[in-house]
Amino acid sequence: MNRIKKTFDDLKKSNKKGLGIFLTAGDPDFDTSLKIIENLPDNGVDFIEIGMPFSDPMADGPSIQLSSQRALKSGMSLKKSLLLVETFRKKNSHTPIILMGYFNPIYIFGKTKFINKCNEIGVDGLIVVDLPPEEDEELFIEAENKNLSCIRLVTPTTNKSRLEKILSNASGFVYYVSITGITGTQAPILENVSTNIKNIKSITDLPVVVGFGIRSPSQALAMANISDGVVIGSAVVDLINVSLDENANKSDTTINSCLNFITKVSKEIKHN
Amino acid sequence: MSNINFNSLKTGPDSNGKFGIYGGRFVAETLMPLILEVESSYEKAVKDKFFIDELEKYRRDYIGRPSPLYLAERLTEHFGGAKIYLKRDELNHTGAHKINNVLGQILLAKKMGKNKIIAETGAGQHGVATATACALFGFECEVFMGAMDIERQKPNVQRMQLLGAKIYPVTSGTGTLKDAMNDALRYWVSNANTHFYIIGTAAGPHPYPKMVRDFQSVIGEEARSQILEKENRLPDALVACIGGGSNALGLFHPFLDDKEVEIFGVEAAGKGINSNLHAASLTAGSPGILHGNRTYLLQNEDGQITDAHSISAGLDYPGIGPEHSWLYDIGRIKYLSTTDEESLAAFELCSRLEGIIPALEPAHALHITGKLAAERKGQIIIMNMCGRGDKDLSSVLPLINKIS
Repeated sequence: MNRIKKTFDDLKKSNKKGLGIFLTAGDPDFDTSLKIIENLPDNGVDFIEIGMPFSDPMADGPSIQLSSQRALKSGMSLKKSLLLVETFRKKNSHTPIILMGYFNPIYIFGKTKFINKCNEIGVDGLIVVDLPPEEDEELFIEAENKNLSCIRLVTPTTNKSRLEKILSNASGFVYYVSITGITGTQAPILENVSTNIKNIKSITDLPVVVGFGIRSPSQALAMANISDGVVIGSAVVDLINVSLDENANKSDTTINSCLNFITKVSKEIKHN
Repeated sequence: MSNINFNSLKTGPDSNGKFGIYGGRFVAETLMPLILEVESSYEKAVKDKFFIDELEKYRRDYIGRPSPLYLAERLTEHFGGAKIYLKRDELNHTGAHKINNVLGQILLAKKMGKNKIIAETGAGQHGVATATACALFGFECEVFMGAMDIERQKPNVQRMQLLGAKIYPVTSGTGTLKDAMNDALRYWVSNANTHFYIIGTAAGPHPYPKMVRDFQSVIGEEARSQILEKENRLPDALVACIGGGSNALGLFHPFLDDKEVEIFGVEAAGKGINSNLHAASLTAGSPGILHGNRTYLLQNEDGQITDAHSISAGLDYPGIGPEHSWLYDIGRIKYLSTTDEESLAAFELCSRLEGIIPALEPAHALHITGKLAAERKGQIIIMNMCGRGDKDLSSVLPLINKIS
């Protein structure tokens, strides 16, 4: 059973929009991030993007850069990110998990070994920011053959001929990057996003999810109304950041401040 | 499809931007359309007589090319072996080879209708060259420079400011060239529709490694005809320092198919290859993906990029241009390294013997040149003197005084 497809099919049937949350694995430490992630489904989250920390996150703004640094400092590695997913899966068999990151740690880990491990521990999809369709042979072709969804990013700079090329190999859902920029830095313009989503929808039946610039519940609602779902990342990792104690360790408020915010967003977009 | 002609080492990269397995286009989708546009515009430009003539005009009348090929008699005598020729690219306008590439790219930006320029810089030479060219063309210039490099290369920071560039200090990571490149790329992603990114070295996503190499190859083309004129034969060896490796490829590329010419690239060994404080990505690194290309990198077993160290801000980079990685694998070029301390000695030696204050970067090459020369009586060595050392005085003088 494909968890991503089932999740979006169910959402469609109940006429609801999907909420995805991005968190960096191991931010601010393994146990805390596991605890947050384990509680996401009960707080209205439909799918989870787990960031595999990288030293040089080229497409990320300051919030996720800091989040990656905190995770690496706490001793995270690709292996431990996979362990985090494995641990989560033991208690949850329905929520889609998408691993998101940069190619180098995967390349060093080994392509086939990585794909097999993902299948073994219940990863559903991959987003690799620095692998455009031109570099599909590096990872995505084999991943796709082994039933891992390769989630493609479409951006405001993607033109029509590229869009067709990107979507011809897309699976799971399409991630629409709502701003010309790095994560968490600008507010998307509704009208532009709406036009671009219509273009994507005219070519593919896959769900289209919006992310990169969404920070507030009201923004999330506006974006959810014109798409199949939204992803929030920077706003959540910022809450982790401000909750830390003077030694940059988790505090009593770290977990709850994230979950409270996420519940608010979920309620907003699901009209509960 | 590969278009590498195996009878020549000069025809790469292939149509996917690869030199063997190195190079490529590992960038976010936001940048892909733009990079493809840069590539097609570049391919058109190099076939455009007007573009070539204009570049030639600026090379001659603005940079001051050709740069001399100078027989360094006192250095030759000092080492007592091979004849040492210096390719004097430190005499270029702005004091380094960087301007060769910048003028090529800014003419391309102009052709593409972009008048806002982004650059990263380590030693500040590329930043100064870019700020200079932007002043010349009346373009906006934004330079990303590591906070630590701003500290150790103050004169270049002041020059850039005078030339009208806006400088963004980069504090992420170690505040050096790698981090400056990250932030420049992030800024470019955010301003993809309006800005042109002039990458300063033969690295980054395709077509940059090829484009930068082509613009720098003027160094080797000149050196080749100059040495034929002076000595009536090709040199026995070439030597150049390598951070990203653009000055080196510029000198080396036109000689790649001359089998009798030995080629030596010199990486920065910092405090020693075994100290973990160095920038020798070929000697001590492994292949990986960073800044849009696959190449040798300094990294840990988890694929996290580790910090480079070199006394020379221009060599302080944990990667290297992808073409070097390929030339290393196939064995065409030998890569050696020079420590901080050895480069300081060469810096002082060259100043005293030749009246040429070299930048710390080519001082690394000079150390190896001296060693090779000593063993090669009767031979001819050409070293790329790719930059002058005025910028380094404030950081070097206290160290030299300490040693002597």
